[in-house]
Amino acid sequence: MAEFSLPANSKISSAGKRYPAPAGAKNVRAFKVYRWNPDDGANPRYDTYELDLDETGPMVLDALIKIKSEVDSTLTFRRSCREGICGSCSMNIDGLNTLACTQAIADIKGEVRVLPLPHMEVVKDLVPDFKHFYAQYASIKPWLQTVTPTPSGEERLQSVEDRSKLDGLYECILCACCSTACPSYWWNSDKFLGPAILLQAYRWLADSRDEMTGERLDQLEDPFRLYRCHTIMNCSNVCPKGLNPAKAIAEIKLMMVERAG
Amino acid sequence: MAGRPISPRPLSPHMTIWKWRVHAVVSMTHRITGNAMAMGAVVLFLWWLIAAATGPEAYALFLSVATGWFGILVGIGFTWVFYQHMASGIRHLVMDTGQNFDLAANRASAFTTFIASVVLTVATWAIIFTTKGF
Repeated sequence: MAEFSLPANSKISSAGKRYPAPAGAKNVRAFKVYRWNPDDGANPRYDTYELDLDETGPMVLDALIKIKSEVDSTLTFRRSCREGICGSCSMNIDGLNTLACTQAIADIKGEVRVLPLPHMEVVKDLVPDFKHFYAQYASIKPWLQTVTPTPSGEERLQSVEDRSKLDGLYECILCACCSTACPSYWWNSDKFLGPAILLQAYRWLADSRDEMTGERLDQLEDPFRLYRCHTIMNCSNVCPKGLNPAKAIAEIKLMMVERAG
Repeated sequence: MAGRPISPRPLSPHMTIWKWRVHAVVSMTHRITGNAMAMGAVVLFLWWLIAAATGPEAYALFLSVATGWFGILVGIGFTWVFYQHMASGIRHLVMDTGQNFDLAANRASAFTTFIASVVLTVATWAIIFTTKGF
């Protein structure tokens, strides 16, 4: 059953601190950031950092890095490539999940509110625990599975047309923006695989070289794993790579119907 | 090794911090209207049935409420709930066939369900009021 309210230890306290903008700053913007420290035993809080945008890079990640290096070194978040390909800095910004490195500050009106991805266990500040998400990814066996012998001296070839069926699927960077945007995943993440993992599952179902299509569909034919998708469409609307997990899930459902005959 | 005590991890906020948009609102409304119809129908049907079984006075009371201003208000509400559930149901049915996943078109179809349900409700009650003359 869906638990709509946060557990007692997760409710946000009003104890947040405010770090004012440096004197003389003209282009001030406030960043309201979710903070939780496993060592102090306190509930989560919002700290507000005022930055001079004239001295800050254009993206939300630039602001977070500026806060960490110049204002408050205790702020914790994941980041790596800063160009939308590694998926490390996925978080909830201004109420929607996206990558901090590709989210322009200028596209947000007013105070910029930054939280960890929704309905996830928080390790610290903006860092959620991905253990379960990765275990679900492993469960769909995300690699090419074949039964026929490998052709000698050459790769398993694929026509240009068959290869194009993987477009819009292979680009997924597993940032989990979509899965943690999905209310169905919030309430049933223990059993429902969620949009990211189902898009990945379809990436292998759609691959002309894969020979385990039937087994893959068997594994997904389950009231929870696949069919908790109710086409709410939050996933496709937040994907920072512009992919469409909801459509991929619909394609899996169609494959189920077609195979049933 | 004596580890330092670590607080149990909190759950990050979800519903309350999310920026809800029409495509998700229409899906939630679909669930709510479906449940409202199921529960409302059970309550009204039971009341009607019990009133009819109890006797003429109880039945007269049921009729007076059902055809009074409150009954009409509930009726208009249920009409909208019915049309909204029908419109969003058709939208989800279309999506089950693999169509309407283009984001702009999908959002437009979500808006359309609300417009359709309101227009149909107004039309239905306009017909009832003009022909019945309440």
